[in-house]
Amino acid sequence: MVKSAQKSIEDYLKAVYSLQQNGNKVSTSEISQTLNVAPASVTEMLKKLSEKRYIEYSPYHGTTLTSSGLTIAEKTTRKHRLLERFLHDMLKIDKVQVHSQACEMEHALSDEAEESLCRLLKHPDKCPDDDKIIPACTLPFSNCEECVEMHSKGLEQVGKRQQNLVSICNLKAGTSAKVSFIRGEHRVLQRLLDMGLTPGTPIKVERAAPMKGPVEVCVRGSKVALGQDIAANVFVENTGKMKI
Amino acid sequence: MAGNANVGKSVLFNQLTGSSQIIGNWPGKTVEKAEGTLKFEGEEITAIDLPGIYSFSTFGMEELVSRDYIALEHPDAVINVVDASILERNLFFTLQLIEMDAPLVICLNQVDEAKKKGIVINKEKLEQVLGAPVVPTVGIRGEGIYDLTKTAVAVAKNGCRSGKVQIRYDAEIEERISKLDKEIQAEELGLEYPSRWVAIKLLENDPEIKKLIGSKSGSIVKTADGLASEISSIHNEPCFAVIAAERYSLASSIAKEVQQQQSEVETTFSEKLEWVTTHRMFGYITSAGVIAGLLLWTFSIGGVLSNIFSNALALFSPVDPRFSGSIEGIIWNGVYGGFVAGVTLVIPYVVPFYIMLAMIEDSGFLTRVAFMMDSAMHKIGLHGKALIPMILGYGCNVPAIAACRIMETKRERLLATYVITFAPCAARTIVILGLVAAFVNPWWALALYAIDIALIFVMGRIALKVVPGQSTGLIMEMHSFKIPSLSVVTKQTWIRTKSLIYLVFPLYIIGSAGIQVLYALGVLQFLSNVFTPVTVVWLGLPAIAGVLMILGLIRKELTLLGAVAIFGTTDLAPYFTPVQFIVLALVSIIFIPCISTVTILAKDYGWKTAATIATANFVTAILVGGVAFRIITLVI
Repeated sequence: MVKSAQKSIEDYLKAVYSLQQNGNKVSTSEISQTLNVAPASVTEMLKKLSEKRYIEYSPYHGTTLTSSGLTIAEKTTRKHRLLERFLHDMLKIDKVQVHSQACEMEHALSDEAEESLCRLLKHPDKCPDDDKIIPACTLPFSNCEECVEMHSKGLEQVGKRQQNLVSICNLKAGTSAKVSFIRGEHRVLQRLLDMGLTPGTPIKVERAAPMKGPVEVCVRGSKVALGQDIAANVFVENTGKMKI
Repeated sequence: MAGNANVGKSVLFNQLTGSSQIIGNWPGKTVEKAEGTLKFEGEEITAIDLPGIYSFSTFGMEELVSRDYIALEHPDAVINVVDASILERNLFFTLQLIEMDAPLVICLNQVDEAKKKGIVINKEKLEQVLGAPVVPTVGIRGEGIYDLTKTAVAVAKNGCRSGKVQIRYDAEIEERISKLDKEIQAEELGLEYPSRWVAIKLLENDPEIKKLIGSKSGSIVKTADGLASEISSIHNEPCFAVIAAERYSLASSIAKEVQQQQSEVETTFSEKLEWVTTHRMFGYITSAGVIAGLLLWTFSIGGVLSNIFSNALALFSPVDPRFSGSIEGIIWNGVYGGFVAGVTLVIPYVVPFYIMLAMIEDSGFLTRVAFMMDSAMHKIGLHGKALIPMILGYGCNVPAIAACRIMETKRERLLATYVITFAPCAARTIVILGLVAAFVNPWWALALYAIDIALIFVMGRIALKVVPGQSTGLIMEMHSFKIPSLSVVTKQTWIRTKSLIYLVFPLYIIGSAGIQVLYALGVLQFLSNVFTPVTVVWLGLPAIAGVLMILGLIRKELTLLGAVAIFGTTDLAPYFTPVQFIVLALVSIIFIPCISTVTILAKDYGWKTAATIATANFVTAILVGGVAFRIITLVI
């Protein structure tokens, strides 16, 4: 019973997370449609979630995630999308079927298993069915090589990241933020470091090209265009002005 | 001369040596080092222009070329060209040059642009911090060139390897660098590289240096690995990232110390251009508009000029090919015909095209097109940068294929090259214009363009299936827009036109004379008959088309010139039906690329690849031509 309550919380938060765009408030009817639940039940659940301070909810105005709600939503979404990759890449299950499978499995996956899965799949960046960005992990690293290195040394006590991260693909033009985490292989990482995107560097998103095109960022006085698949892997501290 | 990409090295290099490096406002024009000489106060100096790079640690060819040149050839002086408006990022590279103990001169270029952005740099302070002379310049106007040369000569004469200033990292890193440095010195490996630099590279886990040292002393590599993992446990980050971050924080503090940012300037014209060219809708419209404008301008100006030239030449002597009489007479007539063809068909179209292309290149527009088209290019396994060589391919495939070296991996270079062999170059444009626009109508000429572009996309998709693999993502610096400089544009146009004239005129003259002789001897008629199953039966062309296509192998426009020579008139209308004009033009543009293109393909990728591409193009041309013949017959 406890399990299923937790599952339901995670599903709601995940739904709000995926519906919340440009920091827009999410309406009850949108949630009801996404989860296929009657509006009355949704309202009831939202009140509960609001009591637990996972969301900010006011009737008729809609819902937004609080920072702790966002943490859970990202964690669940991350597990979901990693599992989709796993089912698709390793078990060769068809794209169409991975979503519903992953929906069931995501709640049962432990954090340790999630981290191992990420390393096993070589830090994938997008989910197979709709190309959405897999959120960053909650380990306190600034790139994936560190994670692999630390893991091979058997250092298990590494703690957790303090802030929520967001990919620069999800930032509005004009937003400034600090680089926190770069996902991906050595070559790309080295190249980005050489261009000045070292951890802690302030950057500003200048613009993004339409149709999932590149993102142009201003870093250390120069402007650099990063292709969507590279930009998706550059994460900054989430300052709230984001779309998902 | 070394420095970041697109800081003006090639402009300065041309100013210094009077040579003709290609210039453009996009990163990656110079892919191999270029050499030139200059005389300065009675001394002969050899200048080398190195490709633009951001660091010595990445894995590309450019980095390796530059690094080995500076470390192994021991140049007397290294001029580090620095973009004054992006000082911090440029200094990251300068710091690495200092680590390499290079005898440095800092060339603070584009100080005028920096001033416009409100950035003023304290030259004396910068000299003090870097321990190297600093010369401010404006490359495009040649300002400061004399001072730069004088300073560089002085540095070369003093033989002063900088070294006065030592780049110091944080204590815990510095300690380990010195420890490793000492160990390397103790082993006396007889290295060409400075030992401290080798120590830093080993800590950064540089594969090339690691291999080099590993072959001489395994224990040093082991020590280095140990020290690197110590650093990474202290900082909780891999060692190379720690060092990059440290180096950047040094660069940043130096930049802050020496530069003054005056009040922010208001929205400039270039920012408005930025908005228009990258807007989600106007961006595409401007991109398409500029490309279409380039072609329209070429066609319209070209047509007018071509007319003027032919009328002028007709005053001297009529151009009527002769196929009878003495062989000598036929040859002379052919030579004259070839010359006239060159003057009236190539120069009028190609020169205006090159002028406009040089302006587009110099403005910085190409990087915006690459930015906007990146996601579309991913569909053919490439990223946005590949669009730059493709647009150059509209001029001539040969330099465009050379420019493909801006792509990061060999596979992407090959894919980009392959699609470029279909790009409608100036010569193909002449065929389209001369056959279709002139004798059918301009709309069909445009349609052929559209078919060609669609074909590029389809062939790109097919090529992607043939050469599968991971594609890399786009990382491209976007430089500010510039008003094209008149001198750069004129020079660029002249360089390109000159090389075309040298290449084309002899070919035309010999080719034209040769065709007339062969025709008079009856060889061409024989060849045409051999090819009739393909040309007449499958493509529905007159038998002579086989000969025209063979001529097109030498240069595409010879297809047109050949027809003129063989029929003895510039009015080809009586000899072909409209459908035949269209099919002939279509086949000859897709058909095997011209000899020069095949040669550069073989040079860059080997004969096997060149032959494969040529065969693939040949088969495509015949297939598409046959299908088009059947479809177009129904339409017209």
